[in-house]
Amino acid sequence: MKKGAIIPLVIFAVLVAFLAIGLGLKPREVPSPFIDKAVPEFSLPKLMQEGQTISPADLKGQVWMLNVFASWCVSCRAEHEVLSRFIRTEKVPVLGLNYKDEPSDAKKWLAALGNPYQHIAVDYDGKAGIDLGVYGVPETFVVDKKGIIRHKVTGPVYEETVRDTLLPLILKLREEQG
Amino acid sequence: MIPEIGHFALVLALVIALVQSVFPILGTVTNNAQWVAMAKPTARAQLLFMSIAFACLVISFLDSDFSVRYVANNSNTLMPTIYKVSAVWGAHEGSLLLWGLILSVWAALVSIFSKGISAVMLARVLSVMGMIGVGFLLFMLLTSNPFERLFPIPAEGRTLNPLLQDPGLAIHPPMLYMGYVGFSVAFAFAIAAMLGGKLDAAWARWARPWTNVAWVFLTIGIALGSWWAYYELGWGGWWFWDPVENASLMPWLVGTALIHSLAVSEKRAAFKSWTVLLAIFAFSLSLLGTFLVRSGVLTSVHAFASDPERGLFILIFLVLVVGSSLVLYAIRAPKLRSTGTFSVISREVGLLVNNVVLVAMTATVLLGTLYPLFIDALGMGKISVGPPYFNTLSLPLGIVLFSAMGFGLFLRWKKDKPERLFAKVRWVLLLALIIAFLVPILFMESFTVKAALGVFLASWVSLTALLWVQEQGRSPFKLPLAIWGAAIAHIGMAVTVAGISLTSMYSVEKDVRLDKGETYEMAGYLFAFNGVEKVQGPNYIAQRGEIVITRKGEAIATLHPEKRNYGQGTMPMTEAGIDGGFFRDLFVALGEPLGEQAWSLRLYHKPVVNWIWLGAALMSLGGFLAAFDKRYRMVRRRSQKLTPKQSDALAATATKQEVTA
Repeated sequence: MKKGAIIPLVIFAVLVAFLAIGLGLKPREVPSPFIDKAVPEFSLPKLMQEGQTISPADLKGQVWMLNVFASWCVSCRAEHEVLSRFIRTEKVPVLGLNYKDEPSDAKKWLAALGNPYQHIAVDYDGKAGIDLGVYGVPETFVVDKKGIIRHKVTGPVYEETVRDTLLPLILKLREEQG
Repeated sequence: MIPEIGHFALVLALVIALVQSVFPILGTVTNNAQWVAMAKPTARAQLLFMSIAFACLVISFLDSDFSVRYVANNSNTLMPTIYKVSAVWGAHEGSLLLWGLILSVWAALVSIFSKGISAVMLARVLSVMGMIGVGFLLFMLLTSNPFERLFPIPAEGRTLNPLLQDPGLAIHPPMLYMGYVGFSVAFAFAIAAMLGGKLDAAWARWARPWTNVAWVFLTIGIALGSWWAYYELGWGGWWFWDPVENASLMPWLVGTALIHSLAVSEKRAAFKSWTVLLAIFAFSLSLLGTFLVRSGVLTSVHAFASDPERGLFILIFLVLVVGSSLVLYAIRAPKLRSTGTFSVISREVGLLVNNVVLVAMTATVLLGTLYPLFIDALGMGKISVGPPYFNTLSLPLGIVLFSAMGFGLFLRWKKDKPERLFAKVRWVLLLALIIAFLVPILFMESFTVKAALGVFLASWVSLTALLWVQEQGRSPFKLPLAIWGAAIAHIGMAVTVAGISLTSMYSVEKDVRLDKGETYEMAGYLFAFNGVEKVQGPNYIAQRGEIVITRKGEAIATLHPEKRNYGQGTMPMTEAGIDGGFFRDLFVALGEPLGEQAWSLRLYHKPVVNWIWLGAALMSLGGFLAAFDKRYRMVRRRSQKLTPKQSDALAATATKQEVTA
């Protein structure tokens, strides 16, 4: 018993050590293995122009974003206004990836809320989504002039995300050589 | 002006807390009776200034004073008055203020209902509580001042997290905090007793009613949170093993163990150091809960406004409070000798089983909650621990606990015979077995072993509790409240167990797509969908659906599930439509629109789900009754008879004794 009395203290010390390390970690940021890799190639039908296709190669040479959205996704509705304003004011070309969605629903959704996208690709069965490692909608990728993914936002884009992350990053990437 | 008064009141409260935590306890060391006597007035003054600060924040909210940053961030003019008030504790800064206020309420209550306690003991208890108060006030003033001004003043505020705009959740945090902070009383008693070096039956007797009351509040708080999750989150679950839920469950489990262990310490002078350790753990886990919620160390649906800097502060505070008490424990515990002896079959061992299982459950929950953090901290990746882990491990522990619960009540102190015990309970055992087989066969659509096991344990626990009351051999009206309290709390636990096992085994859940006018049949009920219309609420716009439920042509209920949009970029909220009942809930949640008139709908039939919370209500009632047992009042009345002079003399001699000891 004499030695036993110190055990709780030792356990507590170990716990504190872990909690202290934990403070420096960011559990919400799940790293994407796709960062600093080229955008996976795909060629998908366009939502608005039937018969045409779109692929990431079409956007090469500029800084652009890829936004995964769907009409069934509640958070997409939440980010829509913020994202649209950002796209409009900064004139960022954005490829919308309409993920696992009925094209008719997507069109209605865009008609009601407004269409901020330069191009919209229809990923009806979600195959391009798999290549991009999408595990939740919405997700937003920032791609540089060389077609390399430089950043990914998981979940909705908020005012803070635009102000603190997206805008500075886009301005920086625009400075880089193509 | 009002925010400045509030701010100033907080600063004064801090100064008073400093005095409260330094002088009374120094007085016990230097034998200065005047310093010792400062404990009571400082504790009460602390309450006064915390109340002023809290009132100022409430007034700022009611006035919609958006020059206060916290008000502007969490309220707007359109919000109904009740949510303007509950918004006070809707986010970090205000929650802390509420925490501090409640701490001062508990300390003031201890100072009032302390007639049987020696002045020295009281000085130590209130000093310890004062130290906790200093920590929280510093935290508030340094990192999270609720009265911080905002300039330029916005014309309109943002909004309270829509999830929190709900009557159930308006009172959930205060209840939870009453529980969390209430454990600080038992903690302070334990520390005070260790400082005095005397862990006798007296400290256990003093700590018991306080621990009970804190536990009652925590029970109510957890139950409200779970009930809220059930009807507000819109997917029919009632417990998610989310880190923040776990953070409230752990102090509850340890608190339950503490209640039982205190009984042994008081009556049999056994488990002395163990009880002290439990008292430390219960409050430490409450603090840890605060750390987990506020630091953002773990991902959780509850992690509102987390901030690593604040996390660091709480961590340091945690180290000081828990670390120093465990050091004190390591010094004192080896000298404690439990005098009570007992054999293998005895009430002591019964309660030991209770304690060991409850602590094992706590360790399980703690490990599961922190495991993602451990793995991440060791650089081994990011994982999450889900319900399968918790369910798998808590099931066998629960079975042991509930089996022992039935026997425990009949066990005699010191030594008992298994034959005697078995003879007592064999008919109850048989009856419980019969019920366990009949209930699933007669009332449910299929027989499953798990459900039968749940029903068996529930009947066993409740029937033994009833038999025990009857065994007392006295008129039910003359029984001590403690007996009633224990029996009712045990029955409450049984009701919750029955609710959990039957709901999880027999709930039917369907996701369907219904067009306006279509119907769907489930569990014998016909759900007819009458479409969705737009409704304007006070500060939201809702899509409100109408579902008419009939059974064999007979109308059962008309439900109106809603999807509310509170604007300002917040997530839409689901308000489920529930037809509640004693035997079943019918639960409908609106999903997403799927075309012109069609919607996805989620339909549930959940048998006896309300028993989960009914049981919690009974447990709370039981804990409350036991706290007000005559025994605890007797102590007070006896000492009231002393004249002031006598009690002063008593205190003085007590001081001397303790100091010389």
